[in-house]
Amino acid sequence: MLLDIDNLRVTFSTADGDVNAVNGVSFQLDQRETLAIVGESGSGKSQTAFALMGLLARNGRATGQVRFDGTDLLGLTPSKMNKVRSNQIGMIFQDPMTSLNPYIRISEQMAEVLTLHKGMSKKDAIAESIHMLDAVKIPDARNRIRSFPHEFSGGMRQRIMIAMSLLCRPRLLIADEPTTALDVTVQAQIMQLLADIRDDFGTAIILITHDLGVVAGFCDRTLVLYGGQIMEDGPTDPVFADPSHPYTKGLLRAVPRLDRDDDELLTIAGEPPDMSRLPQGCPFTARCAYVQNTCAHIPPELATFDGNRRRACHVPKSEVSA
Amino acid sequence: MTYSSDAERLLNATHLAEVQGRSLWADARARFLRNKAAMVGTFILFGIAVFAIFGQFVAQHERDMIDFTLIGANMQKGVPSIETGHFFGTDANGRDLFARVVQGTQISLMVGIVGALVAVIVGTLYGAIAGYAGGRTDNIMMRIVDVLMSIPFMFVLILMLVIFGRSIFMLFLGIGLISWLDMARIARGQTLTIKNKEFVEVAHATGVAPFTIILRHIVPNLLGIVIVYATLLVPQMIIFESFISFLGLGVQEPNTSLGALISEGSSNMAYGVMWQLYFPLAFFVLTIFAFFFVGDGLRDALDPKDR
Amino acid sequence: MTEPILSLRDLSVTFDVRPRGAWPWTAPLKLQAVSQMTFDLAPGECLGVVGESGSGKSTLARAIVGTVPSSGGQINFEGADLAAMTPRERRVHRRDVQMIFQDPLAALNPRMTVGDIIAEPLVTHEPGLSRADRKSRVQDMMKRVGLLPNLVNRYPHEFSGGQCQRIGIARALILKPKLLICDEPVSALDVSVQAQVVNLLRELQRDMGLSMIFIAHDLSVVKHISDRIVVMYLGRQMETADARTITTRPEHPYTQALISSVPIPDPVLERKRPRTTLDGELPSPISPPSGCVFRTRCPKAQATCAQALPPMLEVGPGHRVACPYHQAENVLAVSA
Repeated sequence: MLLDIDNLRVTFSTADGDVNAVNGVSFQLDQRETLAIVGESGSGKSQTAFALMGLLARNGRATGQVRFDGTDLLGLTPSKMNKVRSNQIGMIFQDPMTSLNPYIRISEQMAEVLTLHKGMSKKDAIAESIHMLDAVKIPDARNRIRSFPHEFSGGMRQRIMIAMSLLCRPRLLIADEPTTALDVTVQAQIMQLLADIRDDFGTAIILITHDLGVVAGFCDRTLVLYGGQIMEDGPTDPVFADPSHPYTKGLLRAVPRLDRDDDELLTIAGEPPDMSRLPQGCPFTARCAYVQNTCAHIPPELATFDGNRRRACHVPKSEVSA
Repeated sequence: MTYSSDAERLLNATHLAEVQGRSLWADARARFLRNKAAMVGTFILFGIAVFAIFGQFVAQHERDMIDFTLIGANMQKGVPSIETGHFFGTDANGRDLFARVVQGTQISLMVGIVGALVAVIVGTLYGAIAGYAGGRTDNIMMRIVDVLMSIPFMFVLILMLVIFGRSIFMLFLGIGLISWLDMARIARGQTLTIKNKEFVEVAHATGVAPFTIILRHIVPNLLGIVIVYATLLVPQMIIFESFISFLGLGVQEPNTSLGALISEGSSNMAYGVMWQLYFPLAFFVLTIFAFFFVGDGLRDALDPKDR
Repeated sequence: MTEPILSLRDLSVTFDVRPRGAWPWTAPLKLQAVSQMTFDLAPGECLGVVGESGSGKSTLARAIVGTVPSSGGQINFEGADLAAMTPRERRVHRRDVQMIFQDPLAALNPRMTVGDIIAEPLVTHEPGLSRADRKSRVQDMMKRVGLLPNLVNRYPHEFSGGQCQRIGIARALILKPKLLICDEPVSALDVSVQAQVVNLLRELQRDMGLSMIFIAHDLSVVKHISDRIVVMYLGRQMETADARTITTRPEHPYTQALISSVPIPDPVLERKRPRTTLDGELPSPISPPSGCVFRTRCPKAQATCAQALPPMLEVGPGHRVACPYHQAENVLAVSA
């Protein structure tokens, strides 16, 4: 097992009181596995990733256990965490420009990673960087590596980010909405690239997204977050074919599909939850079509069923599936 | 649940009382009230304003009345004291320093506020119009500002005061002429960003007249930065006036300003009448500091990033 | 066919681009944002416009609304050419053409109350209306779009994204316009809220008999709401057909690639679908490729494609394609 997260909680202290962004998330990830974390804004999907990368904002606090290859990441000193982050776990973001320095050439930025963490000579580092840019299919990498970030298009910048995050051959790659800012045709290119990388390098990938279509084509397992809690988790195929949670079911029905002629979209009433005022029980209570008396007061337990699926709901699965 | 049941819920809720919204101004006010340094600054300013307005009723002597009993013995008898009624002592000519500091503060505050007001009204509108109109109009309007800015204003002002006589009116005119230039530039820069916001485009597409767009959509969104800049402009104007008066070109006898008082006080330092320097200087420094604290507080409170 | 409410004839929009550091007197470069757009919109119809970033779809919307000047062609709205009108003449027509925007919060003035925002078109075009009448119309409209009418005095930042978009819709519809232009109205919203807004727009369109132009990059959403779809690439029209035809029998290679790139939330289908991904990047609109603008990335490109603009070919009823090598292909179908 590569990653074992147990009861992860993330709390932000703000001027208006504490905000609980992640409330007891537990999951495991195997080597070479591809996991999707799906959720809307405020679901805590990005904060889960930031917490395990040790990249929370200053007013954030993570508790629980994050075991990566046996070591608890939350207990590490910042300098040790830095080492794990650069050598073992790579991360790519929605906007590549936020993690590329606009005033430094790509060659310098990439080589620095290798000279710093792998102790390579500058020359070797550049050669390795070019090799990696070739791997992410940047045309004419040998010459273009001398360019500045703004000289590339959005899709190309995302490729560079992927190349950079792969430089130290991480065993886990966390992709936070990597294609949200890109056009669909470019998105298809990038998702294809990520699939190739998974196959070629054997990297485990956590894909954080709101786009169910992207998940369907890419991930082995899907984990649905809402209000900082896991609603449902299981292999992608059964989760999509037979969602066991009212939220997953609602989400799947709310997305228009290109291959179908549905007359009216079935919507989930209401708005995503206010994280500073979550109900005691299930966070989805206010919008759920199957709501019962117990929902608002008693938090549903995340129960295992069908061997490898989990769901957190008071309503029996047979009722939701019906 | 679908839309129609949403609508039903709404119809049932229509009898609810109207809810008062919390405007961005209210938010900013709450943030400002929480800022301790800014609140101390506000209280000091309030105190100074009360002193400037009501001080003359407390003063025991007229500000231009020379106390002949003190002639030749200023150093001993002119010291600040409650008994003689000269709370701040007397100046070199035996006039009551308390009354003179009251008037000096009045004039200095007025200079600052008039300068800031001209800047706010003229500068904001000028900048907003230039920025919103764009193109050639913008180019011409801003080049005019550039030309005015490149004239050495201190020199022109001194010339004006010499040619047309030294009067408070001339001083106000001079200060009004320069104070709005920077503001116009700032307002124009902000307008350029606001102009590209979608709500301005909506108004344009709806057919709202250009000048209404400026007044309704641009200026209210400029006001945050304008107010901050104006509070920081007030002390700048006060310092400016003090400098002119220090040179002896500003307010003329028997009237006075804080700058003129400081100038006098500093020239008499050698005679051991330090109170003549200390009192006006204290008010001057306090006013300027208070304005800076308030300005910083306003900037933090109105900072759009904090929304 | 009934008389179209809006018909574009060869509409072009050009922007002047001044390279950084150029002298003020050198001639600016021309950026062709929209070229020779031609289509008709029937009353009560919803026309979808899809395209990726840089396709000129937003510029097209702004040219029709009139916030961006056109540089050629005609915009006939109810028989009158908007492009030829003076700004003053256009102002009268503005009440009939309204628009809603992508970023719901940015489209609302943060210093105005929601009531004032929705009332602004009324104040502008019906200044004689009494304060009470205005308020009752604003509150009726708020109910109509699913907002609590007692929130009139609230400010935009106190609302969520979905509610802000409803405010934008209320403002656009308060004058009962004939044509509503939606520029990416749901792409900034959460998935669960998107569906609410799409349904609301459809319902309002039916009830008020609105004609609508729905612009988005998400083909799934566009197909769901539109009767007919225009596919744009680099400022030009590639293909036009009714929504079903364009998704099941696309003829243009670009449309086919676009549909093939759209992910479908069905893992089984996604694994089996054939994929034709596009290589390369969007060319610069300042110096577009000669001939067909898509040829640099087109899998079917021939030498002749570089020579002349491909003509618009009528390949079926209302189905037009700008490609001489067109061939219908159902890229959604899963080969058994």
